[in-house]
Amino acid sequence: MDFERKHILGLQELSAEEITLILDTAESMKEVSERDVKKVPALRGVTVCNLFYEPSTRTRSSFEIAEKRLSADVLNFTLSHSSVTKGETLLDTARNLEAMGASIIVIRHPMSGAPWLLAKELDSSIINAGDGSHEHPSQALLDLFTIREIKGKIEGLKVVVVGDILHSRVARSNIWGLLRLGAEVRVVGPPTLIPGYIENINVRTYYNLEDAIKGADVVIMLRIQMERQDSEFFPSLREYSRFYGLTRDKLVLADKDVTVMHPGPINRGIELSSDIADDAGSVILDQVSNGIAVRMAMFYLLASAGRTA
Amino acid sequence: MSVLIKGGRIIDPSEGLDQVGNVLIEEGIIKSYPKTTAKFEKDPNVEVIDARGKIVAPGFVDIHVHLREPGFEHKETIRTGCDSAAAGGFTTIVCMPNTNPVNDNASVTEYILLKARTEGKVNVFPIGAITKGEEGESLAQIGEMFEAGCVGVSDDGMPVMNSKVMRHAMEYVKAFGIPVISHAEDKNLSGHGVMNEGEVSTLLGLEGIPCASEDVMVSRDITVAELTGAHLHICHVSTAGSVRLIRAAKKRGVHVTAEVTPHHFTLTDEAVNQYDTHAKMNPPLRSEVDRKAVIKGIKDGTIDVIATDHAPHSEDEKKVEFDLAPFGIVGLETALPLSLKLVEDGVLTLSQLISKLTDAPSSILNLNKGTIKQGAAADVVVFDPKKKIKVDREKFHSKAKNTPFDGWELKGEVSHTIVDGRIVYSA
Repeated sequence: MDFERKHILGLQELSAEEITLILDTAESMKEVSERDVKKVPALRGVTVCNLFYEPSTRTRSSFEIAEKRLSADVLNFTLSHSSVTKGETLLDTARNLEAMGASIIVIRHPMSGAPWLLAKELDSSIINAGDGSHEHPSQALLDLFTIREIKGKIEGLKVVVVGDILHSRVARSNIWGLLRLGAEVRVVGPPTLIPGYIENINVRTYYNLEDAIKGADVVIMLRIQMERQDSEFFPSLREYSRFYGLTRDKLVLADKDVTVMHPGPINRGIELSSDIADDAGSVILDQVSNGIAVRMAMFYLLASAGRTA
Repeated sequence: MSVLIKGGRIIDPSEGLDQVGNVLIEEGIIKSYPKTTAKFEKDPNVEVIDARGKIVAPGFVDIHVHLREPGFEHKETIRTGCDSAAAGGFTTIVCMPNTNPVNDNASVTEYILLKARTEGKVNVFPIGAITKGEEGESLAQIGEMFEAGCVGVSDDGMPVMNSKVMRHAMEYVKAFGIPVISHAEDKNLSGHGVMNEGEVSTLLGLEGIPCASEDVMVSRDITVAELTGAHLHICHVSTAGSVRLIRAAKKRGVHVTAEVTPHHFTLTDEAVNQYDTHAKMNPPLRSEVDRKAVIKGIKDGTIDVIATDHAPHSEDEKKVEFDLAPFGIVGLETALPLSLKLVEDGVLTLSQLISKLTDAPSSILNLNKGTIKQGAAADVVVFDPKKKIKVDREKFHSKAKNTPFDGWELKGEVSHTIVDGRIVYSA
């Protein structure tokens, strides 16, 4: 099949076929990354702008490497969080970048839906690099890629997502991707961070980690935001960690070949006990290198859809 | 100049009138309902409106409008807001106090009324703030604002979170016989919510405003109204819970009235999909369960009136991230066709609908409008309820175009709006 989209905004709107195409393409891209000369000319002459309204060294660097390996001209535009509410509007900033020749804009923004605004109003292709509590498609695609690489398939797997589902864009994108590809998805966390409405899309909700983890093939640990503690959501990190931190004695309830994943950066001793973090270390580093391949695939497919040249 | 409205179906719920006939307007008042029209039609001083096949009714009364002046003239002015009202068939509008400065003292009230007299095509009545600066802490100059012409008090847009302040407001207004108009919302429950809390907000990753945020406050306000015996009017009812609470309160004899907006009985939170900021308002569009409950409340009389919550904003203000966009949509020019759908769907008779747009809102605020009985001020609307229209926001008379209904195909077109005997709008 051909990839027909102008934008990659979220996994909710992608079909199983489209997701699979991206993952398959990422396999070829991974091969490029393993060469001595890690560069192909797919985006030669194309200007890509990384427009980041949130600090994100990892995601931005990963996008930047992907862009450079595809020979794009890269423009990094990082704005402070406060510039969202003060000064130039998002649309004006983005129009300026277009005027500088950017035809693909990768946007990271603290507010849900910001990439949709750009997609509606601009001519450029938009890639969502994480919007508010909504979606983070490249992260989910690299998680799917990594799972598929380790398990050989996605369909039929039992996948548990642990933590702050309410505020997590990684969770939403992963949920859509996993459901599309036929996995069974469970979410678990404190009730204040588990929106009940998620059950409407066939996700099972749990408040008890031991119950949720039984027989799981994959456990995706979400990073807990430090600022959520001492708020109305849960009393303290200590208490969070006690009930929802992944420890050896809980992990034995999962399938014996369980894979533990974390989008990083890890709060050691909070989401994951240190020994699990060390064991899972290789998978987490695989996720990082797979991230480059998956992002290359996203650019490659957008460019080959012929709309960005 | 006199006006003869000929051959229309005259519906005036205030008089229990529903008959085909003629209306003669002279010197700004409803003169008579002449049986024959020949002699007027020959008179060059009589302007004749052919209303055959159309409805002739009291001009509509909207008790919930934001005119934005003073302070936010880039959104709307008293002049453009009145133009918009006239185009929508409204001859009387009541404007909320959340201007800048806030209408919390008589000088602002007087300014609004002066501007309305000199620049406004329709009747304007202001609502004063409950508290100084709408800050919810100490009472505004309610008595002086009443003397200057305010017909009620409200901190619309902001709830009065402090129950004791609300109690004192409800007690105090009894001296002037005006209602306290409540924007019922628990700000703590709403948090930084920007839309209805539900499946849609969960999937969009937007912070939700739960129905409970409204229900809790409606419940408190009803309780305080019971304590004080004041007349409580609940703005823009949006939840099944509110409808239930108001229905029960009315049954107990609490003096509570309620309004609903056309968007709340027409749309659900599904309209927010794709982050359409034109579907962002407060209270937010709710679920289908709520929408149906609200319609039931309209049908059984729990909800007394339709009011638009006309909330103009500029294009630039709405073309931003969903979280940053202001709440509110314009409503005056789409209210009639959206409301006529209630008649088509069998929720209300045409006469009942007109009542919710005329004498019912007038009586809530003692405006003495919403009637075309002989001798009344000649505020009249003529409309064709069957005429097919396509909403075109570019043609709005309002300065603002922020509507989720652009391009909708509906039925019902205002052909003439008459205020004090003057034709202020004709299609």
